[in-house]
Amino acid sequence: MNYEAVIGLEVHVQIKTHSKVFTRVGAGYGHEPNTLTDPVVLALPGTLPVMNKAALDAIIKAGLLLGCEIAPVCKWDRKQYFYPDSPKNYQISQYDQPICIGGSVEIELPGAARNIMGEHKKIPLTRIHLEEDVGKLNHGASDSLVDYNRAGTPLMEIVSDPAMHTAEEAYAYLTSIRHTMIYGGISDCDMEKGQLRCDANISIRPVGETKLGTKVELKNLNSISFVRDGIAHEIKRQLAVVAAGGKLIQETRDYDGQTGTSQSLRSKEMAHDYRYFPDPDLMPVQVDAAWKEKLRAECPELPFDKQRRFLRDYQVPYTITSVLIPERGLSDFFEASAQLAGPGRAQAVGNWIANDFLRELSAAKLPLGASKITPASLAELVGLVEVGTLLNAAAKEVFVAMFATGEAPAAVVARLGLAAVPSDAGELETWCRESIAANPKALVEFKAGKDGAINAFKGPVMKAGKGKANPKLVDETLRRLLAGA
Amino acid sequence: MSVPLHFQSIAELSEHLAARRISSVELTQAVIARTKAVESRVHAFNSFDEPDALAQAVASDSRRAGGQSCGALDGIPIGLKDVIAVSGQPLTASSKMLANFVSPYNATVTESLQSAGAVLHGRLNCDEFAMGSSTENSAFGPAHNPWDLTRTPGGSSGGSAAALAAGAAIATLGSDTGGSIRQPAALCGLVGLKPTYGLISRFGLIAYASSLDQIGPFARTVEDAAIVLGAIAGHDPRDSTSFKTEIPDYRAELKRRRGPWKLGIPKEYFGAGLDPEVGAAVEKAIAFYRAHGCEIREVSLPHTHYCLDAYYVIATAEASSNLARYDGIRYGHRSKEAKDVLDVYQKSRAEGFGDEVKRRIILGTYVLSSGYYDAYYLRAQKVRTLIRRDFLNAYREVDALITPTSPLPAFKLGEKSADPLAMYLCDIYTIGVNLAGLPALSLPCGFTAGGLPIGLQLIGQPFREADLLATAHAYEQAHDWHTKFPSL
Repeated sequence: MNYEAVIGLEVHVQIKTHSKVFTRVGAGYGHEPNTLTDPVVLALPGTLPVMNKAALDAIIKAGLLLGCEIAPVCKWDRKQYFYPDSPKNYQISQYDQPICIGGSVEIELPGAARNIMGEHKKIPLTRIHLEEDVGKLNHGASDSLVDYNRAGTPLMEIVSDPAMHTAEEAYAYLTSIRHTMIYGGISDCDMEKGQLRCDANISIRPVGETKLGTKVELKNLNSISFVRDGIAHEIKRQLAVVAAGGKLIQETRDYDGQTGTSQSLRSKEMAHDYRYFPDPDLMPVQVDAAWKEKLRAECPELPFDKQRRFLRDYQVPYTITSVLIPERGLSDFFEASAQLAGPGRAQAVGNWIANDFLRELSAAKLPLGASKITPASLAELVGLVEVGTLLNAAAKEVFVAMFATGEAPAAVVARLGLAAVPSDAGELETWCRESIAANPKALVEFKAGKDGAINAFKGPVMKAGKGKANPKLVDETLRRLLAGA
Repeated sequence: MSVPLHFQSIAELSEHLAARRISSVELTQAVIARTKAVESRVHAFNSFDEPDALAQAVASDSRRAGGQSCGALDGIPIGLKDVIAVSGQPLTASSKMLANFVSPYNATVTESLQSAGAVLHGRLNCDEFAMGSSTENSAFGPAHNPWDLTRTPGGSSGGSAAALAAGAAIATLGSDTGGSIRQPAALCGLVGLKPTYGLISRFGLIAYASSLDQIGPFARTVEDAAIVLGAIAGHDPRDSTSFKTEIPDYRAELKRRRGPWKLGIPKEYFGAGLDPEVGAAVEKAIAFYRAHGCEIREVSLPHTHYCLDAYYVIATAEASSNLARYDGIRYGHRSKEAKDVLDVYQKSRAEGFGDEVKRRIILGTYVLSSGYYDAYYLRAQKVRTLIRRDFLNAYREVDALITPTSPLPAFKLGEKSADPLAMYLCDIYTIGVNLAGLPALSLPCGFTAGGLPIGLQLIGQPFREADLLATAHAYEQAHDWHTKFPSL
């Protein structure tokens, strides 16, 4: 019998806000333990939560970006369980009235080759809700210490329908969410910092069956490749159990990315009863049309929409767009530069960014924002190459100098004497005429159809230009003159 | 001054202070001396900090000397129930769980009283986590009723009532979740006000049942209650359930609002279980209002019968969740026997909580459990809506309701402590008000033949405390119950 896997993902995204979700104390990563705390975070007796509006704005924006319906009214519930990283021993979350309902995530599957766009699909979402993050336990040899810096960081949980079937789809889904959240300024989605986390619900069923099989929840998929590997491993494990005549049990399993294995954490019988009930300390939130529209106006173009536009409007190759698109700043840089460079030059702009620019940024360990190269200076550089003032090899040198000093390309060209010689097309034509006139034998050969004879005219021109003449331009000029000769 | 300082009202004492007949230091010293004299018999306090109180009094006097007095409360010693956070002071909720906890922050009401210049004096005894009706659930031993030391001052804010009745404070704050201000006020011959839910910030109040809890004042007179209420009422951005509403000058309104009012007598509040002496005293109070020109009308609150049931589902559900934070991890009692994390939870909570608290946590956990939520919690919330509707329907006909506060006067310590259900019945006249979120106050309306105070409950309309206080004031002006003090 043939089986298919059914996968649903629960993705937690930390929302990037200045302060925590229910109190004023700052949110952040990498601070001294327990410095981002206050009486509310530590759940001291008598403290109360107050909703952070910036966190609500962010999740509404996320919902709008993913095409969710924004609930006109949503409420807050307590999810109750005891664990030392949870200061109140309940987590404020949303149970039956989440703020975002439905929606979908567009994904792209791997193409047949690296330079070929893969199939696109829409993975439907069940919901997105807002909750608070918990602290972190650090286990020592004889004790465990708790750091509550992370506790109370706004967290949204994006829940997909059980609508994916392969580890690749899950990988693509997570990647797409990541890009979308970064575009929206909602989160940096740095998985190493725990800003993006993923649990997967996985089951298998005979192909053609519509009912879901026994589901296993896979936890601790804490890098994007662990998500892919963990899911692939779990599907294989389930298929093997069934193939051996075994029966799958509903359980939660812990995936270890280092060893590529998983082990059972708890079975269904040991599942928590979270005893959800509406949090009496928080009022329901009403999202009216004006609030929604204000946020909608702040929503950026989605990454895949932008990619389609780049392919259509700028005619850049797919491979270049797949470098530009994931980083919103880079794609914006490209677009600004391509527009300044003018028609027909976007591909060159894209090449510069995808190759030289990214290489220099990475070597200098600089973020895009700190770069001294601007869209305008790159456009100018591309222009100089296009009109023949700069040879490609020289242009690379100019680019490195521009990156280091922030000078305009023309200034670098002048300073380093890198301009193609002659820089005046009239002078080059004179040199070419003289060279043709000086070699009638080659002229006859060329006229007789021996194309290689043209090289005989090039030598004296290149010599006159001391090697800095633009070969392409020399070739073009000679051919034009020879055609008329 | 025939009445000793420690038995005078805020209104009287603030005049003495303003006229420089006394200083806040003198007043505070007098109250502390009285506290020391009676505390071993009354046990109204979990702790008090004499140097701290005197330092506040000194600060008040120097404000006054500099012409910077803050008003009627400046220099007046006020005690706080030990569930309200005061920075640098213990905050125990009368529980072993928090026996060594010192609050690093202030409740909003604490800050309000401080900016009104009050001298915060003492952490007042109560039932553990405000759960109870007699203060016998305090982990530190019960408070005693100053009118009869063998009897309870009521609860859960029994210490707040006992301290004030004994002259160990000039006013106090309590909290009221099902009657915890009004019932002890009734049992100790005081005015006790439970404001509308949302009028006073709960930030810094240890939560028992968040949707029912409300802080309120105990005072010797209605006027004093109005003064304290004015200082602590108002919206607080730190409490999402606090309401944005205009705060009138409650004290000034007492004189402006003179009635006559239409008063309703809910027939369900005068049935079986009502002590005849209490019933008779309340009837006399009703007769007074009638004579005062008020129209008295019988009304019905048909869902009254379900109040206790709905309350013990909702309150315990919320309590089971609110008290989850006391786990021995970050603060509070941690069992010395604990070997692992589950042990820390189980042993710390087993050792740290008393029986009544455990009973309510277990009940609340049960009613929220998967499969039971709809049958208990959800249904109780629906009943709660019906109960509130009963009151609002009555208010289409009348301005306020009159009932007894407690079916019984102060009972003997130990009399009901073995029978939780009998204890729960002490709150039958007060609980509906919390479920409906309404304001209500208890004021003295007589004494039993045995000399125990009797309380009258007036129930008002949402955020109309000014009318409620004025209605009570009219009665008080014509009676002298508030001028009687226990001999202690």
